[in-house]
This record gives sequence, structure tokens and C-alpha cells, in this order.
Amino acid sequence: MPSLIDLTLEGRKVGQHRPWPRVVVDASVWIFAASELAHGRWSLLGLWGEPAAVHMAIMDGQTAEIAVVSLDCPDRTFPSVGKHHPPALRLERTINDLFGLSAEGSPDARPWLDHDRWGVRFPLGDRIDALPKAAPYGFLAAEGDGLHQIAVGPVHAGIIEPGHFRFTASGETVVRLEQRLGYVHKGIDGLMTGASLARGVQLAGRTSGDSTVAYAYAFSRAAEAALGLVVPDRAVFLRALLAELERLANHLGDIGAICNDASFALMHAHCGVLRESVLRAAGAAFGHRLMRDIIVPGGVSRDIGAGGAETIQATLDNIRLRFPALVELYDNTASLQDRTVDTGMLKPPLARQYAAGGYVGRASGRSFDARRTLAYPPYDALRFDVPVLSEGDVNARVWIRIREVEQSISLIEQILSRLPEGLTRKEVPLGGEVREGMAIVEGFRGDVLVWLRLRNGLIERCHMRDPSWFQWPLLEAVIENNIVADFPLCNKSFNCSYSGHDL
Amino acid sequence: MRKLLFESVFRQPLTERAPLPDDAAVAELATALGQAARRRLGRSLSIREVDAGSCNGCELEIHALNNAYYDVERFGLRFVASPRHADVLMVTGPVTKNMREALERTYHATPNPKWVVAVGDCARNGGCFAGSYAVVGGVSEVIPVDLHIPGCPPAPTAMLQGLLALLERTDADAVTS
Repeated sequence: MPSLIDLTLEGRKVGQHRPWPRVVVDASVWIFAASELAHGRWSLLGLWGEPAAVHMAIMDGQTAEIAVVSLDCPDRTFPSVGKHHPPALRLERTINDLFGLSAEGSPDARPWLDHDRWGVRFPLGDRIDALPKAAPYGFLAAEGDGLHQIAVGPVHAGIIEPGHFRFTASGETVVRLEQRLGYVHKGIDGLMTGASLARGVQLAGRTSGDSTVAYAYAFSRAAEAALGLVVPDRAVFLRALLAELERLANHLGDIGAICNDASFALMHAHCGVLRESVLRAAGAAFGHRLMRDIIVPGGVSRDIGAGGAETIQATLDNIRLRFPALVELYDNTASLQDRTVDTGMLKPPLARQYAAGGYVGRASGRSFDARRTLAYPPYDALRFDVPVLSEGDVNARVWIRIREVEQSISLIEQILSRLPEGLTRKEVPLGGEVREGMAIVEGFRGDVLVWLRLRNGLIERCHMRDPSWFQWPLLEAVIENNIVADFPLCNKSFNCSYSGHDL
Repeated sequence: MRKLLFESVFRQPLTERAPLPDDAAVAELATALGQAARRRLGRSLSIREVDAGSCNGCELEIHALNNAYYDVERFGLRFVASPRHADVLMVTGPVTKNMREALERTYHATPNPKWVVAVGDCARNGGCFAGSYAVVGGVSEVIPVDLHIPGCPPAPTAMLQGLLALLERTDADAVTS
């Protein structure tokens, strides 16, 4: 069995791509990589385009080796990866929408983010005028006696992001769910092109509001990798502190919200109070409740404020005091367990095939956590467990979150007690002519990947991949054979990002 | 559960005092609502939230309005599931081209009299997404806006100030009409 290293020897290695290698390969190696993905030997981390090339980030699950393989597309096509490996399908459809590069042999050539409303086709490639009349979207068929369809969205009944869900049900049982996303596509990849790093990190931090820290973190690390910049120790620890506060706030909110979708409002109320306490502590310590615009290339834009550490510690003490009773309540309420246990099962092989990150993967036996597997600083120097379960139901996803709340509390305490003194930010050099960098950071939802190429210090191309890309399709799978009324529970237990996905 | 409920009888309530309505918001509304007579709303407003392209940051803080600290329902403000039940549309985000029609249709589905509150910097003028091929711009490019609440995202207190200004104004209109 060839390793990723062998594969990279097949291609032409690109200089100045850090920290993992990038190689330009020919079509036969590209297809070989696709078949290795299909056989489960490697995991797909990302697939993105440029005006005349496509790139694929791959990880060897055994060794955690990572590489990027690139294929030039002079005739505007490339061999479909999705044909062999379904997780690539939506990514390929997006490459076609944005760049006009088509995946040859793809079983699904429908547009994905492009709803025929931009006034232009292939906005990041060779632009052409949009079709005169928007073509209706061809939803997949579901046929049989007594089936009916329920169309939901894009405007939903709650305070949530817009997307469209097409359910086909037999009585109460869902036989097919098909998603249609792209409603919140803001063209962030396009806005990144030609931008400065300062504007780039601002856009990155506004890609998915609940992961503003994770995105700014991944973007900054990718830029620093490209420039070979080492960040001061204090900034390294402060970044992890911000990331753990973000994780804590989101998990606390989600645990309550999942229970609320089972009409158990008491948990929602109590978890909402704990979440608010974390946001207030973040606001007191860093001047912004969601900690936006704090992580920047070179370090952090502001240090922890006076009394900030004490406020955070007091918040953690309070959570330690209150949270166990809520966990016990969750565990001992039969009516709640009745809704979450065995609901929305994601089988481990499917989680593995889609390289599902975050609690979605870890509740289905996939132990990947970028903080542990890739061990970027300061996590290589901190003690923490990565909880893994294999049940794969809503209940397991709740329990992973519960355990991660406990781990984040411990991590924050370790960081606060070991916070080094010194500078919080370094000057960012302009760098040489062309530099490329990639970073993977563990956000609360899973691994956020950022790849970028800088030319004379400006962004020539930046691609950000949300963990949701590989989680959304799994939500379609887990709802099958569940009742319509359990969809909110399944959906909330995944809590995929719309904005991060639509970009 | 009994223990938790029992505890809540003895614990101080977490709900905090309401902030004063934002002066700038009151002034903006006075212009927006003009002399038009408004139906008396009985100091209550039903709000339909519409994400027209936001990053979800504003939604997180709008959610917070429902937690025990802010508890908007005590002011007669309540989030509803359908535009047909709403007096107010709270719209976030730079309106994306893919969401434009959905926003227009939601607006037309909301019965009169209605108010539109644009929440966040993006909703004012597109924010940092202005100029993208995929973005229309601020909410007022698509539907008329009565009140802007600035911020990225605005803190719940800022939103509460804006909404209280709206309540006060609609109430005053009802008295004078």
C-alpha cells in the first residue's frame, strides 16, 4: 500500500507551501488518489478550485500525514473525485459554480451554491452572463404509494439561518431528506482575492458567527505558515484560551437547545444562563462577547484585560457548581432520553467515509480531533482527553458535548495558570513573492481548514472549508426512518453551519 | 428536577433591569414612523426574525434576548414562527442575492401595520461584504427599514434598547392618534 509520501514523490513538488507538501500531479495520479479515498485508506480534507487548477487536501488516517495534490485544468475539466468518493460531490459542484471547471464523469452535475441570481456565472473564473431565466432546481425523485413531500425553508420558523429542506415522508416516517443550501452565499472567496491580510482575517472571522475565533485562528495560522512566522508564546496561549471559551459557550448553548427541541425547556433555560455567563466573561476579558477580531496574523490584537482572568475563573467555578446537576437531570429524565437515545443514528463507517469532524464524528467512533491528532501549540503541552463514543445517536452527540465542556474547563484553567508573560503580537513581514500556507484548527463544530496563497503580502487565493461540508450530507442520511418530529433533534445535535458552508 | 425547581424558588431572579431606550433609535423612529396613525398594539410586539445572509453572529445574540438575564417576553416582545403573526421583521445580514426573493416574500406576507428592524452592521450597508457579486447590500435596498441597530453583532442590551424605543414609539403614536 503506497503511503502519502510515495504519492507526493509522483508529482512535482511546489516550493514555499507550508507546513505540509503540495504536489502538482497528472490525471492518473489524481484518479489514483480518488480511488484510495474511495477505499477508505485516506480521508478527504478539502477540495477546491482556482481559475485553472483544482486542489485536494488528503490525510492518511493511520499516520496523520497530510498533503495537497493539485491538478492543472487547461481544458476546464478534471476527473471527478465524487464519482468514486461521494463526500467530494458538493465540493465539485461548488468548483463548477464558482470557477466553471467541470468534474468529468460526476454523477451529479447540478449547481450547488449558484441559484441563478448573481447575474453572472463562474464569478471567480471566466465570467459569463447568467442564464436569462433561472432554471428550476431538480430535486431528486422519491416515488412510491402514499408518499408526500414537506418543503421547509429557506425562512425557518425559529431564529436560525436560511436553507431549504425537502422531506419525503410515508406517514410520519421520513424516507428521504434532500437539502438545498447556498442561500447565504456571500462570495467570501471572491472578496478575499486581492485583499490584505488585515481584511482577510476580518472576513474569515465573519464566515461563521459561532466560530469566529476558530476561523480567525485557522486563517492566521495559515498566513503564518506561509510566511514562516513564529508567534509569541503568550499569544499562542491566549489563542487557545479564546478557542476554548468559544467551544464552551457553544456546547453549553447546544446542550440546552437540543433538549428544548424535545420540549424540555428547563435545560434550555439553565444552559442559556451558563452560556451567557461565558459570553459575559469573554466580554469582560477581551472586550467582545463573541471574541471577534482578536486573533490576527502575528498574534492577538488585544491582551486579556485587567481582572479578566479572575472573571473567567469565577465563571468556571460557577459552571463546575451548576453543570453536574444539569447533566444528572439530562441523564435521569426518561421522557428526554426517550427522544434522544437511538434517534438519528450515524453509523461509524459512514462517519469515517465522510471524515466527519467534531462531535458528529466523535459520537460515531471517529477519534480525530485536530488539537490532538495534529497537536498544534499550545495543545501539545496541555493535558486533555478526546471523548469518543460509537453509538452515533443524538444522545451520544449530547454526551460528547458534555464531556467536552468538562475538558474545556480544565484546558482553560491550565492555560490561565501557565499563561506566559511577554509580547502578544509580532510584526507580520510582507514575505517573498509567492508563499502558500495551510492550517487546520479544531473549532467547536470540528476541523476548520484554511489554505491560502500570498503574493507580495496580498491574498491571491484563499479557500476556507467548514466542517459542515462533511456533516450536512450525513444529516440527510441519519434522518431516514426517523419521524418528521425528530428532525429538529437530529438537526440541532449536528448544528451544521449554513454561513460557513455557503461562504 | 424537583431540586432544581425548588432551588429556583429561593434563588434571586437573574433577570436584570431594562436599559433605557436608545435616544438615537427613538429619534430615528420618530422620522421613520412620521405622522402616520398607528393601531394601538397594547404595548406588545410580535417579532419574526429573518436571516437574509448573516454570518449567524446576530442570531446568536438575538437568541440571548430570550435567556433569563434579558427575558424579552416581560416587555411584551415575543418571537413568532410566521410572518403572518408578526408586527415586526427583525432582519440580519447583508441581503444575499440568493435570499432577496425570500426576504421580499416574507415582507409581503407580514400584515400591516408592520415595522422592519435591521440588526447589525451588515444589515445597514452590507458591512464588510459590500461589493460582492453575491450580495445586494443593506436591508433597505430590498424593503423599507424603520430602525437600525448597529453592532457586529449588537450586544443583547443594544438590541433591547432599540426594541424598547420601538415599543415606546408605537405606544406614543397610538395615544396621539
